[in-house]
Amino acid sequence: MNATVEKIKTGDKFAELFDRLHTQLPGNASIQSIRKNAIAAFLKQGIPTRKNEEYKYSLPEKLFKTNYSLATKLPSLQITADDSKTFDISGITQNKIVLINGFYSQQLSSVNNLTKGVIVSDISTSFEKHAAHIEKHFAKYANVDADPFIALNSALNANGLFIFVPENTVVEQPIHIINIITANELSLIQPRNLFIIEKNAEIKIIESLDAYKLSTNVVVNMVTEISVAEQSKVQYYKLQNDCEKIAQINTTQVYQLENSHFDTNTVTLNGDWVRNNLNIVVDAENCETHLNGLFISKNNQHIDNHTLVDHQKPNCQSNQLYKGVLSGKSTGVFNGKIYVRRDAQKINAYQSSKNILLSDDATINTKPELEIYADDVKCSHGSSTGQLNEDALFYLRARGLSTDSAKRMLLYAFASDAINTIRIDVLKEHIDKLIEKQLIQ
Amino acid sequence: MLSIKNLKAGIAGKEILKGINLEVKAGEVHAIMGPNGSGKSTLSNVLAGREDYDVSDGQVLFNKKNLLEMPPEDRAREGLFLAFQYPVEIPGVSNINFLKTALSEIRQYKGLPPLDTKEFLKLVKEKQALVEMQGSLANRSVNEGFSGGEKKRNEIFQMAMLEPTLAVLDETDSGLDIDALRIVANGVNMLRAKNRAFVVITHYQRLLDYIVPDFVHVLYNGRIVKSGTKELAMELEEKGYEWIKELAPAV
Repeated sequence: MNATVEKIKTGDKFAELFDRLHTQLPGNASIQSIRKNAIAAFLKQGIPTRKNEEYKYSLPEKLFKTNYSLATKLPSLQITADDSKTFDISGITQNKIVLINGFYSQQLSSVNNLTKGVIVSDISTSFEKHAAHIEKHFAKYANVDADPFIALNSALNANGLFIFVPENTVVEQPIHIINIITANELSLIQPRNLFIIEKNAEIKIIESLDAYKLSTNVVVNMVTEISVAEQSKVQYYKLQNDCEKIAQINTTQVYQLENSHFDTNTVTLNGDWVRNNLNIVVDAENCETHLNGLFISKNNQHIDNHTLVDHQKPNCQSNQLYKGVLSGKSTGVFNGKIYVRRDAQKINAYQSSKNILLSDDATINTKPELEIYADDVKCSHGSSTGQLNEDALFYLRARGLSTDSAKRMLLYAFASDAINTIRIDVLKEHIDKLIEKQLIQ
Repeated sequence: MLSIKNLKAGIAGKEILKGINLEVKAGEVHAIMGPNGSGKSTLSNVLAGREDYDVSDGQVLFNKKNLLEMPPEDRAREGLFLAFQYPVEIPGVSNINFLKTALSEIRQYKGLPPLDTKEFLKLVKEKQALVEMQGSLANRSVNEGFSGGEKKRNEIFQMAMLEPTLAVLDETDSGLDIDALRIVANGVNMLRAKNRAFVVITHYQRLLDYIVPDFVHVLYNGRIVKSGTKELAMELEEKGYEWIKELAPAV
């Protein structure tokens, strides 16, 4: 593929761009037809405006006002192994995958002793090499008509990661995916990932996103599809740290089958402008789904978590807990949608969003949306927004703690609920440290 | 040790303390009794430094330092301890971590190095025994899900850990059954020392059967209207608070 730098702006620029570029992007005829269908869906929807209910608190319009170049190849910038190590999580070394702007770096990744049959590869070569899996799963879950950014990514993605875990296979060691974002000009970066977890298989995935020598603002529009087959168990942890200068739209589309478990934590500690779309379709009985989120925002940061749990079949449970700590002029959004379809009886679906505002200028918009069409279900939602508990603060100070350490202690306690569900100890410790650092500032 | 002169204070524009005078010396135990609404809790809150209260007049010296100018944490670091009437539940903050941080910050203020983990745990064990507190309580979140008695015991445990020079016990007996009362009082008595003073605020004389005061003061309508020895507490128990009201200066 040629080095491609394409200036893009909103609207029909994308159509023009697509016409010129799509044949150079990876994928056989069937992928190309997905791309064509997707660009049509994108052009129909356009970049969301204030009128779009789904995006009214997170206006992406302003992100697309300037010219961006579309990142379609691995940047020429060299990242040394030592530099990439700064993004490591200590204690997690065995399975480390480094993606630079979505491109798999063979040199920086180390994947050892994976069980036979497990595939970890970049998605562009997988389009051909693993065509049968791709045919069955790729772009089957993330619906291009549901969201313009899914459409845009589906049309113009240049690379990403493919993971396949065969039936009855347990990947013991967690896989850490390090997304390094680097650029020296305004860029639109669109990684596209597909994780297929087959029947009775297990995997733990940690995905982090970090900026490296980022001399300019970029937009990252990432889409990850995860297929969670019968009896399988997936833990998926998303860590968004060191993301200054990155505006990101991060869509995770999950599809669960019978008796499967999907547990996820989204931790956002240093985002510039973040929109997370976490959509889970539970399409079979006896599934469990746990969604936890924590964000700490400051200055002018904007963090938006949209979740959707779509219960299509009976006898399942889902649990959501999202917490936010906002200071400065930062803004936050939590929008949690739960569908319980007509035949999905005996569903237990809970949702809670709790936020602390540390300054008068910080704002949070929380919106639970429950649409329940079955009659024998237990669903609840709750949301609270407040300041630090003054009585607790005084109690701690009356025992000799400084205001700062008392605040830190209370904030950590508040935040800890949302990360205590992390079942990889070294990851939990790593995040604890990051939170502590964040709260000291 | 503590010298309160003409202290006037209130909350939300309402004057509650209307000129308190009190001298407490090292080693002494003072009981402050009074009917509801007399200003007992306001006094303890003002001493501990709760910011909702406004001091309009008067002076409080603690070991010759101006107490009212200090933030709450410095009062604690100088050796003042308030046992809360309603200890706050703080989910997610472990009792032990909290005490360890408190102790370190107090020691740092005094120019002492923090205790190492071994020394700290030894101290915890020793002081828990003092208030007959189960080890599991120390590891739980601060007061979360504690019974009334456990909360008060935890206050005395914290007091034992922090070793203050002046402890103010704000209605520590309220909500306690007789066994818990005995345990709490026992803990306090073991902490009585020549260099330590107590101000025991209570509505009932009952607690004073266990913690025998050197002086008893009756607070009414924001003033101390009568002072005496422990016999005064007995008299109050017998006659109730009605007769005391006649002693109050006409407003």
